[in-house]
Amino acid sequence: MAVNKTASELQSLLHSRELSVKELTEETLKTIKETDGPIQAFLTVTETEALQAADQLDSLPDAERGLLFGMPIGIKDNIITKGIRTTCASKMLENFVPVYEGTVTERVKDSGMVIVGKLNMDEFAMGSTTEHSAFQKTHNPWDLDRVPGGSSGGSAAAVAAGQVLYSLGSDTGGSVRQPAAFCGVVGMKPTYGRVSRSGLVAFGSSLDQIGPITKTVEDNAMLLSAIAGSDYRDASASEKAVPDYRSALTGDIKGLKIAVPARYLGEGVQPEVRDAVKTAIGVLESLGAHVDEIDLSYSRYSAPTYYVISSAEASSNLARFDGIRYGYHPADAKNLNEIYLRSRAEGFGDEVKKRVLYGTYALSAGHHEDLYERAQKVRSLIAQDFQDVFRDYDVIVGPTSATNAYKLGETIKDPLTLYANDLLTTPMNLAGIPAISVPCGFAEGLPVGLQIIANHFEEPLLYKVAHAYEQATEFHKQTPPAREGN
Amino acid sequence: MSNFTKEEVQYYANFARIDMPDAEAQKFADRLDTLLEFTDRLKEIDTTNVAQMTHPLTITNVLREDKPADILDRDDMLKSVEDHEDGMIKVPNILD
Amino acid sequence: MNFETIVGLEVHVELKTDTKIFSPAPAHFGAAPNMNIHPTDLAYPGTLPTMNKQAIDFGMKASMALNCDIARTMNFDRKHYFYPDNPKAYQISQDDRPVGANGWIEIEVDGYKKKIRIERVHLEEDAGKLTHADGGYSLVDLNRQGTPLIEIVTEADIRTPNEAYAFLEKLKAIIQYTGVSDVRMEEGSLRCDANISLRPYGQEEFGTKTELKNLNSFNFVRRGIANEVERQEKVLLSGGKIVQETRRYDEATGQTVLMRVKGSANDYRFINDPDLSEVIIDEDWIERVKREIPELPDARKARYVNDLGLPAYDAHVLTLTKEMSDFFDETVSAGADAKLASNWLMGEVSAYLNSEGKELSETPITPAGLASLVKLIADGTISSKIAKKVFKELAENGGDAGQIVKDKGLVQISDEGTLRTVIGEILDKNEQSIEDYKNGKDRAVGFLVGQVMKATKGQANPPMVNKLLLDEISKR
Repeated sequence: MAVNKTASELQSLLHSRELSVKELTEETLKTIKETDGPIQAFLTVTETEALQAADQLDSLPDAERGLLFGMPIGIKDNIITKGIRTTCASKMLENFVPVYEGTVTERVKDSGMVIVGKLNMDEFAMGSTTEHSAFQKTHNPWDLDRVPGGSSGGSAAAVAAGQVLYSLGSDTGGSVRQPAAFCGVVGMKPTYGRVSRSGLVAFGSSLDQIGPITKTVEDNAMLLSAIAGSDYRDASASEKAVPDYRSALTGDIKGLKIAVPARYLGEGVQPEVRDAVKTAIGVLESLGAHVDEIDLSYSRYSAPTYYVISSAEASSNLARFDGIRYGYHPADAKNLNEIYLRSRAEGFGDEVKKRVLYGTYALSAGHHEDLYERAQKVRSLIAQDFQDVFRDYDVIVGPTSATNAYKLGETIKDPLTLYANDLLTTPMNLAGIPAISVPCGFAEGLPVGLQIIANHFEEPLLYKVAHAYEQATEFHKQTPPAREGN
Repeated sequence: MSNFTKEEVQYYANFARIDMPDAEAQKFADRLDTLLEFTDRLKEIDTTNVAQMTHPLTITNVLREDKPADILDRDDMLKSVEDHEDGMIKVPNILD
Repeated sequence: MNFETIVGLEVHVELKTDTKIFSPAPAHFGAAPNMNIHPTDLAYPGTLPTMNKQAIDFGMKASMALNCDIARTMNFDRKHYFYPDNPKAYQISQDDRPVGANGWIEIEVDGYKKKIRIERVHLEEDAGKLTHADGGYSLVDLNRQGTPLIEIVTEADIRTPNEAYAFLEKLKAIIQYTGVSDVRMEEGSLRCDANISLRPYGQEEFGTKTELKNLNSFNFVRRGIANEVERQEKVLLSGGKIVQETRRYDEATGQTVLMRVKGSANDYRFINDPDLSEVIIDEDWIERVKREIPELPDARKARYVNDLGLPAYDAHVLTLTKEMSDFFDETVSAGADAKLASNWLMGEVSAYLNSEGKELSETPITPAGLASLVKLIADGTISSKIAKKVFKELAENGGDAGQIVKDKGLVQISDEGTLRTVIGEILDKNEQSIEDYKNGKDRAVGFLVGQVMKATKGQANPPMVNKLLLDEISKR
C-alpha cells in the first residue's frame, strides 16, 4: 500500500511520523519479494542491512531528516557497496564483498536513503538488454517477454515495477537512458564529472557516469542533488557547485530554443517511436518552445568512435581482474600464468571478452594510431559539433532509442536500427554532456522515451524542460501491468 | 572480408591474459571482424590537425596534499585473497 | 681493444614523500607486510588514483637539479603488463610528456671531465614487492606499490665502467642534496639498470644492446658492465652476434647471466590515464620549487677549492653527501681550520662512522664540538694522539673538546723538567735498551719513547720526548 504512493506522499508520511522508516522498508522488501519472481531485477536483496539502517534512521531527530529521508533505493550492481556483495553481474565478482565504500553510496546513505538491494545489469555494464548478466535475465515489467534494456536494466525495471521509487544506474553509452526509455521511467545521465565515479566499477573511465532512475522528474532532480558534487577521491569530479535542481522545475519553457537533428528521426527509427517523439516535440512547442531541424554531421561516426574508445578503456580497466587479490580464482591452477588465463577465461562472459580483445587490439602497436588515436580525434570533432549547436540552441531533442523494447533473446540484426540506437545515445558520453530520458508515449503498447540533451552542467535546464513536458502529459502516471498482476 | 585469423585472436588474447582455445578463437575472430569492419569507417575522416580528446572536461592540476588517510586494514584485505602467508598474498611461481 | 663500449643507464629513485603518489597510504620503508595499503593500491574495483602534489614537486626538484627542462604541461599514462606486484595490471607512468627532459650532469673520472646527457626524468609509481619462497610460490607485499619514483634515463654517453660509477656517485649526491630521496641502494631507494652495447671504433651506429639488471651497488654496476663488455667482446670476436636480451649480474660469480630474451612479447599499450588530470606547470610553480633547491655539490666543490684552498680531492669527498658537506661548512664557521677539519672528517670521523655503521646525524658529534677539537690541535694544546682519545669521547658522548681535555687532564706535557724526570725513571729501568742503542740498534729508541708515552698516558709532547731522550741517553 505504501509503495503505491508517490515519493512526496511517502516523504510527508515519514516526516509526520505516520509511517516509520522500518515500516516502509519492510513493505518495500515485501513488495520486492512478491514481484521480483517474474521481473528478476534484483541480484541481491539486502534485507538485514536495510532493516538495520531503517532502525537507525527512525531514531533520528527531525532536524537530521533530509528530503530523501527513509526512501528505499536500489543500486546497480557495478556500484560498490561496503559489506554488500557487488558482482557487476559477472562470475568474476560473484562472491566479491567490498571492504571499502564508494562516494555515491556514502552520499545516498548520508541523505537518509535505505539501500534495499543490488540490481541486475549486463556484465560489467557491457550491453543494452541486461541479457549479458552472468546470473539472470531481467524482464520488462510492461511485457515480460521483452528486455528492460541495458545495461542498467535491473535499475529501470525495479522502478517501473514499483519495487523502489529510486535507483542508480550507470551510463557509458546510453545505459541509464535506454533502459529508462524501455521501461517508461525517467533516467538521467549527468555531465561527465558531475557525479563522482568513486565506487563505480570502471568500464570506460572517460565516458562513465552514474545517473538516477526514478518515476518522476522531480524525484530524479532530488536524487541527483544528493549524489552530485566534487569529491577528493575522484580527480575527474567537477568542483562546480551543485545547484538545487528542484528549484529549476518552474514549468516555464517559453522561448526555449530546441534543435532536432534530422538524423535522430531518420532511417532505422521505428515509425511509432518517431510519431511519439514528434508529438512530444509538438507539446514542447505548444509550451512556447521554438524548434528547428539541424544537422550534427560528425555524430554519424559516434558509434565506431564509441566502440574503439570504450573497448580500449575497458581492456585497461578490466585488466585488474586477475584472480589474485580478489575475484574468481580457478581451482587447481598450477602456475601464475594459468591463474591469469583461466581466471579471465572462466570469469568473464563472451561480450566482455570480445570488448577486451577488441580494446587490446585497438591499443596495440600498429593499430594504436589508426584506431585509438584516430577515435580520440574524431571524439574532438563530435564534441565540437555539439558546442556549435549549443551556441544557438538551449537543448537538443530526439528519441532515446530507435525502437521500443526488444524481445528477450531477439538479436537485432538490422544494421540501420543498430546504427540509429548507437547514434542516439553514445555521442553524449563522448562529448561528456548531460541528457535525460522521459516517458513520451507508447509504441505497440511499450514505452517510448523522449531524450533531451544540453550542454555541460546544464542539468537544471534539462530538468526544467523534462518537468514541463511531464506536467503537460500523463505518461508518467501510467504503470505497467506486471505490477498489478502480482 | 576477414581480418582476424584464429592465431591473431590468440595473439591479442595472450596480451589480455584470456585463455583462448582454437574453437573459441574462431568464434571471436568472426565477431571481431564485424567490429573492425564497423570501426574502419573512422578512416574516412580527415583528422589532420585535430587534437585527441582524452578527457571530456578540461580540469587541470587536481592534486592532493601529502597526508596519509583511509588506510586499508590488512585482515580485511586478506579476506578476499585465496591464499596468504605472513600477511602476504600467496601466488604460485611464474613457471610450475 | 677493438670495440668502443656504449652504456646508457636507467636509474629509478624512490621519492621520500609521506604518502604514495596516487593514494594516501603511507609510503615508508620498513613497515610490516601489507600494512601501508589503501584500497587504490589493491586495485579494488571502483577505486581511483589521486595525485600527490609533493611527488610532483619532488620530481620537478630532481629534474631541475639535473639541469632538465621542466614540462609546462604533462600527464600520466597507463603502461600495461600483468604481474602479481602490479595490481592494476597497468603502471601509472609518463610516456610522451615526462616532467623533465634534456638534462645533464658533469662527471670527473680518471683525470678528465665529461658531461653525461640525461634524456628524460619521468614520474611513476613503484610496484609491490614479490618475494620468492621455497616450495614453488611467491609472496606479495603491496607496501611499496604506489611509492613515487622518478626514472632517470641517460643518453648512451657512458663509455667506461668507471664513468658509470662516477655518474651514479654524482647522481646520488645531487639527488641527496635536493632532499627528495634517501638514495640508498641497499634499501632499494636507488636502483640501476644498464644498457650495454659495443661497436667497432669509428662506426657510427650502435650495436645490439643488452639490458643488465640486479645491480645492487655502484661497485656491482662497475663490475657488471665490465664483465658484460668482456662477454660481448668475446662473442663478437668469435664471429657471433649479440642478442637483445635482459641479463642479470651474479654477485657470487661476477658474471652476467641470461634472464630473458626480449621479443615482441611486450606491448605496453600506453593510454593517457583518464582518471588523472593534466598538470600545467607555470612560472610561479617552477620558481617556488627552484628556491627550495640548496647549493649543489659542484658549486660547493668550487667554493671549497677556490675560497677555502682545499685540494680537489678533499672537496670531492666532502661533497659526496649533503650531510657531510653541511657539517664541514658549519665546522669551519665555528672557527676550525678548513684543511684540518677536512682531514678529520675524511679520516677519523669517517672511519668511526664506518665502523659503527652510523650516519653523522646519528652520533652526538656536532660541528662546534669538532671545531673545538681542531682548534686545540692547531694551537698545540693536545697532540694528535690525545686528539684521537678526545674524539672518541666526543663521538660517544658529545660535548666540547676543551672541556673534555680539562676534565680528563689530557693537556699535553711540554714541560722539560717534568719530562726529564719521567725519562730518567724509564732509563733506569731499561739498562738493556740503552746498551742496545749504543750497540747501534736504533729500534731501541722507539721502544723507550713508547715507554715514556705509556708512563705519561700519552700526554707527553712526542717531539720533545724524542729530543730529551737522546740527550739523557748520551749523558749515561
